[in-house]
Amino acid sequence: MQSQKITINDKCLNFNPGQTILEVAEENNIWIPTLCYLKGATPTGSCRICVVEVEGRRTLSPACSTPAEPDMVIHTESPKVVASRRDILELLLASGNHNCPLGSGREKDWKAAQNDDSTELCPACGDCRLQDLAVYYQVTGEKYVRSKEPEPHPPMETVNPFIVRDFSRCILCGRCVQACNEVQVNRAISFGYRGTESKIVAGIDVPLRDSDCVFCGECVQACPVGALVEKNARYQWRPWETEVIRTTCPYCGVGCQLNLHVKDRRILKVTGVEDGAPNKGRLCVKGRFGFDFIYSEDRLKTPLIKENGGYREASWLEALELVADRFKEIIDRGGPDAIAGVSCARSINEDSYQMQKLFRSVFKTNNIDHCART
Amino acid sequence: MTNSFAEFARAKMFLVIGSNMAEAHPVAATFVKNAVLNGAKLIVIDPRKHRLVDFADRHLQLKVGSDIALLNAIMHVLIQEDLYDKAFATGCCTDFEKLKEKVLEYPPERSADICGIDPNTIREVARELAAVKPAMLCYTLGITEHTCGKNNVMTTANLQMLLGNMGVACGGVNPLRGQNNVQGACDMGALPNVYHGYQKVDDPEIRKKFEKAWGVTGLPEKPGLMIPQMMDGLANGRVKGFYIFGENLANTEPDMDKVAHELDSAEFIVCQDIFPTETTRFADVILPAAAWSENDGTFTNSERRVSRVRTASPAPGEAKPNWWIFKEIAKRFGHDWPANSAREIWDNEISGLAKNFNGIKYSRIEADGLQWPCPSEDHPGTCVLHSSGEFTCGLGRFSPADWSPPAEIPDEAYPLVLSTGRRLYHYHTRTQTGRCEGLNDLLGEETADISFADAERLGVEHGEAVTVRSRRGAVTVKANVTSEVPEGMVWMAFHFNEGCANRLTNAAFDPETLTAEYKACAVTIEKIDQAAAG
Ligand code: SF4
Ligand code: SF4
Ligand code: SF4
Repeated sequence: MQSQKITINDKCLNFNPGQTILEVAEENNIWIPTLCYLKGATPTGSCRICVVEVEGRRTLSPACSTPAEPDMVIHTESPKVVASRRDILELLLASGNHNCPLGSGREKDWKAAQNDDSTELCPACGDCRLQDLAVYYQVTGEKYVRSKEPEPHPPMETVNPFIVRDFSRCILCGRCVQACNEVQVNRAISFGYRGTESKIVAGIDVPLRDSDCVFCGECVQACPVGALVEKNARYQWRPWETEVIRTTCPYCGVGCQLNLHVKDRRILKVTGVEDGAPNKGRLCVKGRFGFDFIYSEDRLKTPLIKENGGYREASWLEALELVADRFKEIIDRGGPDAIAGVSCARSINEDSYQMQKLFRSVFKTNNIDHCART
Repeated sequence: MTNSFAEFARAKMFLVIGSNMAEAHPVAATFVKNAVLNGAKLIVIDPRKHRLVDFADRHLQLKVGSDIALLNAIMHVLIQEDLYDKAFATGCCTDFEKLKEKVLEYPPERSADICGIDPNTIREVARELAAVKPAMLCYTLGITEHTCGKNNVMTTANLQMLLGNMGVACGGVNPLRGQNNVQGACDMGALPNVYHGYQKVDDPEIRKKFEKAWGVTGLPEKPGLMIPQMMDGLANGRVKGFYIFGENLANTEPDMDKVAHELDSAEFIVCQDIFPTETTRFADVILPAAAWSENDGTFTNSERRVSRVRTASPAPGEAKPNWWIFKEIAKRFGHDWPANSAREIWDNEISGLAKNFNGIKYSRIEADGLQWPCPSEDHPGTCVLHSSGEFTCGLGRFSPADWSPPAEIPDEAYPLVLSTGRRLYHYHTRTQTGRCEGLNDLLGEETADISFADAERLGVEHGEAVTVRSRRGAVTVKANVTSEVPEGMVWMAFHFNEGCANRLTNAAFDPETLTAEYKACAVTIEKIDQAAAG
């Protein structure tokens, strides 16, 4: 198909028919803010933060769901656009318990509205798209004064081991619903109720634990605010204090790419590497939440030698000498094939290579295998 | 896998056999589900109605261990009704006549008696497979963990060759690997008959190459023992010294009592692990190893992609990287190995000594990994195997196979079939996941999954403790009454030492691959006599 032209912020750009305004902008490194838009899912245009001004149109158009058309002239940060975005942000900040230093500063209102005793500050402060945009557009959250008591929100859900759902901070953007239904296709959560009662529900409004949820955590990774947070990382993880280290999942043969968020040489949480091959940001429960085994107190920490039916601690020097001596002695007596070894299908390639090299080039036996079959 | 995960989302048709993908390879399953939502067809062949079945156009709920009978009948129909890819099957493959002769012995009516699938359904499936091309065939351990595992694997390849689905994107034969680095351990030569890159130990040229590279003489030419042979060797004294690196053999091998006896017979056992396990109890020396995030290195996933593993935290106490331990032992035999990090081992040895890896260097896999074969440093890696015409010169060989029943089939004393596998929240013998707080919280014990029909017949309630007994042993677990399993089947995992299904499984093996038959043995379920128990 022939490419066509549009103009964004005075720049003339090519596009392919079928592309949305947002896609053309992103391709050309023009930033348009988004909240509800989830890459790879059907755009809903519901939050309207991505609106842009299209010359000749009376109303602003959401960039995520408006197809680019030939000869459109678009402004992404015109005064009208900015005013609209500020208004949306004011409304969002007023709609929930956004008690970070940049939020409404009206947390007292929210205490009354919550069905639990939580006075916690938002754990997502510093990692929140709403906060980022409030700063960018200089929105304080004080414009809309509440006329009456806010609607009571359902209490926080903490009854599962991995995910805390805080409905008081949910902006109903729907990204989690799309992540669950369109990306992972687990079909555990959806929009429930109507109007001011609107809420993201699991199954027929039960805790995640009692629903079809498989704790893949895709929804947490998708949530732009502090409504869905990894339980163990709450108040532990501050983005500016952590180093992000990319690695490969240690569980199954898909080999998902993980980002480890590490503070003081300790992994605090794991997220999927967006756009990384093969998993494109997706993870399952094991890859996302199954990392704390490495910190278990049960870890073997020193070489151990069996003695009198028990084990005693030994130095590496002693243990390695003993292994070498016993193997030498067995080879002398029974030949190289009296030794056999099993390598580990979970460990790195370099370890298996090194072990078979030890067996073949040093012990002189091919008796090396691994549990390929389980 | 001949093909890649990236193709899943674009595929038009899937044939998923013996793979509980949604639990064992959850992220792979998400791509299959995405494709189905986009209109792809999905045929699931499995005795169990597992989670992926919710998305399937068809679920062929065959009897355990009857895969070959079913697939041969599908091929029978393809040939009889002239629906197969003639150009590919006769032009690009050899031994088509042999295949034809064999599968003609499997008319749908005959196979129906073996596999329990209606003959007309078999015909319809064959026609659907012929109509939508290419199809991706995926399988897991439901195919390999049988005494006829190797024949099962060859039969899946026969089907894909007959349909002309090899060497093309969104086609191929795609085994999903259970453990994260099974592919890598095979690729690296942790096998008795090959060096890394599948270079045969009985080829003198290859031995000469490695003798030169490693600076040694007299590399052994005779292929070595496979694990079950090693275990026999321990019992009969031929194997005296046993080096177990990171495997919990005491729980993962079939027939746990037999395994315990074999490990007990060893003269000297070294275990190298990150945790004490049921296996390290047998060790004379236990060496503490650095774990996954305490080590730099690489894993190779099912699609042959070599990806980086990076250090995030220090190893506890004195624990050391495994490669270092092997190097130190070599040193005590007078061998001084130069490489002093995983990166040096890969870049300076592994990569250079096998053509498949020549082009893979750490500097090239900082971000996404590379899929072997990758023969040179400007090669982009290989997503689809055999796409460059290998099949056109007749490299695809049909290897027809006969159906054979599992080694142990239900009888009067043991009327149920036990099949084993893994569950979503755990992994293997739980040496890792058992120490993840939350995962244990979600699934804290083993259960025996049985059908409503059997539960009713036995008078067993959901959640009631029952004894599952085979000729080898018995375990007591709670019954999980579910519509996932068909009548006549018990399904269990091997995640927990208490109630481990491997107390029951049969140490019968595929004659060539020596893969154990974890997917079928005969058991009986007994109610626990309240009076006796209390
Ligand atoms: S954790 Fe996964 S399955 Fe559960 S609600 Fe979130 S996206 Fe859905
Ligand atoms: S929980 Fe998060 S992702 Fe889901 S609707 Fe609320 S704010 Fe959006
Ligand atoms: S995150 Fe899940 S699907 Fe991905 S590699 Fe790890 S265990 Fe497999």
